[in-house]
Amino acid sequence: MYFVQLFLGRRKAFLKFAILKNSLKRRTMSLRIIVLAKQVPDTRNVGKDAMNANGTINRAALPAIFNPEDLNALELALRLKDKHPGTTVTILTMGPGRAAEIIREGLYRGADAGYLLTDRAFAGADTLATSYAISMAIRKIGKFDLIVGGRQAIDGDTAQVGPQVAEKLGIPQVTYVEEVIKTEAGKIHLKRRIDGGTEEVLAPFPLLLTVNGSAAPCRPRNARLVQKYKYALGQQEKDALQKEGKSLPYPALLEARPYLNIIEWSVADVQADVVQCGLSGSPTKVKTIENIVFQAKESKTISGSDEEVEALMIELLSNHTIG
Amino acid sequence: MNGIFVYCEMEGTRVADVSIELLSKGRKLANELSCTLSAIAIGHRLEEVAAQVTPYGVEELHLFDDARLYPYTTLPHAAILVKLFQQEQPQICLMGATVIGRDLGPRVSSALTSGLTADCTELLIGDHEDKKAGKIYQNLLYQIRPAFGGNIVATIINPDNRPQMATVREGVMKKETIATPTAPRIITHNVNEYVSTTDFVVEVIDRQVEKAKHNLKNSPIVVAGGYGVGSKEGFDLLFDLAKELHAEVGASRAAVDAGFCDHDRQIGQTGLTVRPKLYIACGISGQIQHVAGMQDAGIIISINNDPNAPINTIADYVIQGTVEDVLPKLIKYYKKNSK
Repeated sequence: MYFVQLFLGRRKAFLKFAILKNSLKRRTMSLRIIVLAKQVPDTRNVGKDAMNANGTINRAALPAIFNPEDLNALELALRLKDKHPGTTVTILTMGPGRAAEIIREGLYRGADAGYLLTDRAFAGADTLATSYAISMAIRKIGKFDLIVGGRQAIDGDTAQVGPQVAEKLGIPQVTYVEEVIKTEAGKIHLKRRIDGGTEEVLAPFPLLLTVNGSAAPCRPRNARLVQKYKYALGQQEKDALQKEGKSLPYPALLEARPYLNIIEWSVADVQADVVQCGLSGSPTKVKTIENIVFQAKESKTISGSDEEVEALMIELLSNHTIG
Repeated sequence: MNGIFVYCEMEGTRVADVSIELLSKGRKLANELSCTLSAIAIGHRLEEVAAQVTPYGVEELHLFDDARLYPYTTLPHAAILVKLFQQEQPQICLMGATVIGRDLGPRVSSALTSGLTADCTELLIGDHEDKKAGKIYQNLLYQIRPAFGGNIVATIINPDNRPQMATVREGVMKKETIATPTAPRIITHNVNEYVSTTDFVVEVIDRQVEKAKHNLKNSPIVVAGGYGVGSKEGFDLLFDLAKELHAEVGASRAAVDAGFCDHDRQIGQTGLTVRPKLYIACGISGQIQHVAGMQDAGIIISINNDPNAPINTIADYVIQGTVEDVLPKLIKYYKKNSK
């Protein structure tokens, strides 16, 4: 009996110690995470009206969505936040005024804050000019441990902005990340996709990750957070409402709750060199864009009837295309 | 000076196929520009690289051999390319649009402030007139790629910055040996002059490379499905037909995105490029991004209930009907007539 008590007592003490140690560890492991997200036209659902008669893109016909792999990135960040209390998740996006939607969507899922990088001078940027602008905004945000973005955006499929931001900030990168295995003592243990398999790497903070579409899908919006943030607006959205002669939904609320004002940053706000932004900062130029018309072959159209399908099969077998 | 450099991706001691394909393309571009073709190999135990690249007309081979350089990690490989390019000033740099190339390329381009175009489907040499600036550029690299989800094709140029960088997927360019190859001049570099110990902060602790589950790339017959197949179950029919014909199953991006088929079977600009003898396109509309990966197929059969599907214009045979109706008939009449 005595032994049992002693054992239990020691066990309790040990548990207490373990909890204390854990909480200390947790406190030191809180992370400052920035999620890079982009609003993109939904190129996966291109309807017949998506192209204008002159071959240009009818952007109005394409819905604007949260870039799919950026949602995987957001989830990875939110899971780290769940695991390490005190972690902050900040959304950073670049685009026109309506891209504030991306920040709201992030807030609805558990992000703590967001910034919209928006300026006409950013227009026409290739990946290099984009990564320059984003890196300047990150410097303005200040200290961070982790930057996370999707592997690539579906409107360009380049996968370049992540690594270029990492280079501009002088930090290491891990691309094609699928899963965080664990975090430990200033390092993160990750699983990533490689050609024909997977790789596990151990990388130190600060670090930039790009997250693959095969990573965990993003959680849905949280109803409580939707209530909290649904009136959050960016300045350009407010201006647009006023232009349309509409009043702001709850002006007093916006004043009383500063977090409902989505912060917009211009080129000057992030102290960027305007020459390195937008078209002038882009080494690549689009020379031509074509709507490709396929070189029509002389094709034979057949119905799906048994006779015609059999005739085709006999033809393919006899000329050794099959078999 | 000012030559074409191809980054050779290493699979152990072997140069990856995609790099060999790019050396072949690089040779042609170098002939057109009358410049040197150089290969760069970064890894460990690179003794056999010279013999592997010689048949493709490499004139200069830069070797960086160090146990720490294999398997690939970003920072040391990037540091080497950046410094080498600062010294050699290449006009063009090509790399595979693989996981490695797409990790390394942007890092290097950012450090050199040079333009990079991902996933090119064609590379040509041509001139450009900038009317606004009244400038004429000669012999630029035209980097041609589908864009905007494959709905348009864009020609990208880098007028002022060098090197002009491009990535290309495996299978897009063709391997071609030259008639009278001679051994390249080998330059063995001192790795420590290019990398510092801080470049090795990311550690690879485990690698699992599976053997490819299929041989889609080299299969003479491909049965491919698109969004029109309708479901994952619908793809079972494609697998049934493929089994009969000893073919492999591929898919369009739309079908992969919808979860009908595994990602590693995706055919198109952002997937595999195939050149089978016979391509059976089932419920595939034929976006440029897909066609870029299969247009060199010998015979194309399109099974589609939309008579206006773009793919029909490049098909040799168009079977009007639904996939679930036509595929069982193909299986039935193959079995009946093949023996």
